[in-house]
Amino acid sequence: MGENDANITFFKDGLRLDGRRADELRPLKIEVGILARADGSCYIEMGGNKVIAAVYGPREVHPRHLQEVTRAIVRYRYNMASFSVEERKRPGPDRRSYELSKVSREALEPVILTSYFPRSVIDVFVEVLQADAGTRTAGINAASVALADAGIPMKSMISSCAAGKVGGQLVLDPMKEEDNYGEADMPIAMTPDGRITLLQMDGHMTREELKTALDMAMGGCRQVYEVQRKALIDKYNQMEAEIIPDQEQPQEAEVL
Amino acid sequence: MDRMVVIPGDLLSKEAKRSGEGTFVKDGMVYSLLYGLANFKDKINVIPLAGKYVPSSGDSIIGVVKDVTFSNWIIDINSPYDGLLHVSEYPKRIESDEMSKVLRIGTSIMTRVKDVDSTMKVELTLNDRKLGVLKTGRVIEISHTRVPRLIGKGGSMISMLKRELNCNIFVGQNGRIWINGSAEDMDLALKIILLIEKEAHTSGLTDRVIDYLKQEKRARS
Repeated sequence: MGENDANITFFKDGLRLDGRRADELRPLKIEVGILARADGSCYIEMGGNKVIAAVYGPREVHPRHLQEVTRAIVRYRYNMASFSVEERKRPGPDRRSYELSKVSREALEPVILTSYFPRSVIDVFVEVLQADAGTRTAGINAASVALADAGIPMKSMISSCAAGKVGGQLVLDPMKEEDNYGEADMPIAMTPDGRITLLQMDGHMTREELKTALDMAMGGCRQVYEVQRKALIDKYNQMEAEIIPDQEQPQEAEVL
Repeated sequence: MDRMVVIPGDLLSKEAKRSGEGTFVKDGMVYSLLYGLANFKDKINVIPLAGKYVPSSGDSIIGVVKDVTFSNWIIDINSPYDGLLHVSEYPKRIESDEMSKVLRIGTSIMTRVKDVDSTMKVELTLNDRKLGVLKTGRVIEISHTRVPRLIGKGGSMISMLKRELNCNIFVGQNGRIWINGSAEDMDLALKIILLIEKEAHTSGLTDRVIDYLKQEKRARS
């Protein structure tokens, strides 16, 4: 976390630099089923973050020695495109992406019914196209929707969101400036009924602040959940709507 | 309407005994496990919109020979798991060195799942007069989640198609379909089956299929 520079102000007239209130999420957009080759896929925009998630499987495990006899294994690959940040990121896995892959996998695994598919693997690929703080939360949100789209049995969805502390004040879903120059950033992931599957923190907060920040982040996750849910349900309704107007045409042809 | 789109974790009922396929019970309440359509009858079943075929004992399926080993043919069954067809499950007695002559790699077979164990070892059989090698016709692949709609209630859709299309059709539980008839009839059958796959989860499907059939037939004559 950067030092709290005296000439940086995070608030103007009680609003944040991008005009949000302290407890407001960035605009969220989710599209389901955007990749034809993947079994399930999702594209998400969370503010300036643009992330694609693709799910393959359950499928045969390669290399063989990784397979588990009683359950499916879950592999999660978080990757940042070299053009996703201001200064070109050296492509390929690094320590940060290994860590994020691990914690994200562990955030999703508890809800997936891996015992339904012994000796198989569920592969989740998350590609960050554009980063603007909170890419792991965007990745988890997209992955959860993509898993549902792939028809994988889950006990519930997973929604993820961060809360942070900037200029001495708690904020929901920090953007890049707040993340870089703020005092703390705390991403969480949880089920809609409030069970937390991911909790990380970078920086400093008091105990009371942590409690409040956790409540804020949980509120954010609930909002994310509603958008995830709507995206999935809209996808089905769209599919149906596309078919019904097609239906009018043959009837018109008959009249002629 | 007793059908509803649901996502994983949606509360479906407060009566645990109504839990059906694609659901689970927690604290005496029924929740959805899948993204799909919930059917509210005595039991609540959730039909997925996507997903892989998982073999279960007794399924009739279409497989393709992938490899030949000492005493087994390894069969691709459109699933995360391979099928094993033991030589003794072939209707005739075959010597081990003759195996690759009888069923060569790439051969399509109509087969049945004899047994699946807890580690998902899938044993297949050809020991039935209805089963055997597919020598003529075409095999097409759709998502296995669409198979129930293609068959219809009590086989209504499939028997209608067989009658109207002049084709012999066999629908494998794994989403592979074998059609056999004249080239023209098979082309039409292919179109219809892909139409059913695309529109599988909409209501009034049978009527739409019949309309489409009539239209195509008129265009042909």
